[in-house]
Amino acid sequence: MIVAAVDAQTLVDAVGLGAVYALMAVGIGLVFGVLRLVNFAYGQLVMAGAYTLAFTSDWPIAGSILACFAVVIALSLAMERTVFRPLRTQSPAVMLVTTFAVAFLLQSVALILDIRDGTIGEPATSIASLNQAIAIGGVDVRKVTILAIVVAVVTLALLALLLAKTTIGLQMRAASTDFRTARLLGVRADRVIGAAVLLSGVLAATVAVILTVQNPLVAPDFALKETIVVLVGVVVGGIDRLWTATLGGFAIGFATGVINGALPTDKTVFLPSAVFALVILVLVLRPAGLFARTRTTVADRV
Amino acid sequence: MRNRLDTAVALLGPALLVVLVGIGATFVSRSNEIHFLNALASVAIVVAIYVFVGTSGVLSFGQVSFVALGAFAAGVMTVPFDSKAGVLPDLFPILRDHTIGNVASLALAAAVGGAFAFVVGLPLMRLSGLAAGIATFAVLEITHNLLREWTKIGPGATTLSLVPETTGPLQATIGALLVIVAAFAYQRSPLGRKVRATREDPAAAQAVGISVHLQRLWAFTLSGALCGFAGGLLVHMLGSITTEQAYLELTFLTLAMLVVGGVTSLWGAVVGALAVSGLDTLLGNAEDGIGVGFTLDLPEGSRLVILGGLMALMLILRPSGITGGRELRLSRRRAA
Repeated sequence: MIVAAVDAQTLVDAVGLGAVYALMAVGIGLVFGVLRLVNFAYGQLVMAGAYTLAFTSDWPIAGSILACFAVVIALSLAMERTVFRPLRTQSPAVMLVTTFAVAFLLQSVALILDIRDGTIGEPATSIASLNQAIAIGGVDVRKVTILAIVVAVVTLALLALLLAKTTIGLQMRAASTDFRTARLLGVRADRVIGAAVLLSGVLAATVAVILTVQNPLVAPDFALKETIVVLVGVVVGGIDRLWTATLGGFAIGFATGVINGALPTDKTVFLPSAVFALVILVLVLRPAGLFARTRTTVADRV
Repeated sequence: MRNRLDTAVALLGPALLVVLVGIGATFVSRSNEIHFLNALASVAIVVAIYVFVGTSGVLSFGQVSFVALGAFAAGVMTVPFDSKAGVLPDLFPILRDHTIGNVASLALAAAVGGAFAFVVGLPLMRLSGLAAGIATFAVLEITHNLLREWTKIGPGATTLSLVPETTGPLQATIGALLVIVAAFAYQRSPLGRKVRATREDPAAAQAVGISVHLQRLWAFTLSGALCGFAGGLLVHMLGSITTEQAYLELTFLTLAMLVVGGVTSLWGAVVGALAVSGLDTLLGNAEDGIGVGFTLDLPEGSRLVILGGLMALMLILRPSGITGGRELRLSRRRAA
């Protein structure tokens, strides 16, 4: 029954969703690699980018997108400086709760900025044209879906090149394998962390553009749902390595898309339950991650 | 002797604070009473969360799902019989055709919370660290989604109203005290000591024959029952509730309270809950504009900005909270 329900349309939408989630997963995974920090406030970076796009709606498109990148990257670096840096020595749980607090803080700041005109939600109109659908072989594909898939593939390829071929990439890989030893061997901590945070900011801005095209009404909880899902996906995939984390992000996006297509229309409201139940199942069977090399025991995790 | 005194103080200190707040609630105007009751309900929820997060050291974003479950169980079952079929027509017949009293509904809330926590905990308590945090988040999402969309078990996306408002100063105080006593009894009991051993060093605890999984499961179940009970208190205080009221913001607020007070002690949970809900009330009033010597008029939303900033600052500067994560003691200088 499920096979019959999954048609080409569902698959295209699922891949498009997976691509966006994969981009977010890389952004979260990069920072986790060097800092061992799960950034719950990642979605609020995306949200800040989306608001920038909305507030600059009457600018030329290029200027608007440029402003979005500038704001998100600046916010990302500021977050590292004021929050991540003092937290470096804390446990992952403490860091996660702190970024949870930062997320609420940023969301409330956005609410204050947004509500000045008396309504919640700002439309981002300038880039909405990308949201049109074109038909390819009987399947409606929105331009932004193509954009999302292309951007995801290109960005991931560039990132792979950066990590494999450049000095800073080598240093980032070294730092995420063993931060202390990497430092002993002359890798400068602040530089590596700065680079990772910068890259994750660039990715957040990219995601902000794509999500804003898909959903032009920007509200304070913009990208919050997505972030929760991606965080879950990253852990499910295996947060210890960047590629498993990315795959996890893609997988949960893809699974969400497919389940959404497979559920009867009157049952789609239960989509989150179905997805998260699947997540719990995977976590229980493979706590170290779906794509992790070996099964680790509980004792190794604690 | 001093040891026994410390034990007594560790229970009586938090209890006294709660009683004082309860008495305070009877002296203020009707419109301010709700703030005192809110503080007491917060104490109940935060202490209930502490029973798992504090004693086991495992982060959970999911305890509020038990609060939600308890609140809706107690709420749905106490809507007066005459209006029930009208306001909640889609309920399962067994839920629709029965209505229970106040005390029974609180017991039901605790039972439902505990049973759900036990079932969920069976598989989840094998996880720890990040995987546990994320998996409990998944529980919160599922609970919220089901409560919001499944109209056979509750009001769905609409507001559940007509719940008898039985949580006055007396019930709020007794309820909060019950949760504190249960938490205290648990942490003094052999079970409580074992689960704290797994928090301090899981490997060593296993080496002396303590099952990490089992001990965490007991803590999770008790915490779930107390959370459910606290949810019952909450719904009887509010009189009407939506699923959004027991979701992300409540999770954030209660975690902030626990962290600000100090995660690893009962005293920290109580102090944090009272301090943050006091501040929250003050800021909430300031958003509407109040005169405190000068007129303080904050824009809407600044409440969460300040609370978020405070919580982040606390975690950065003093991760062990106001109380340092220690119980109340008379003798100050003692090794932790």
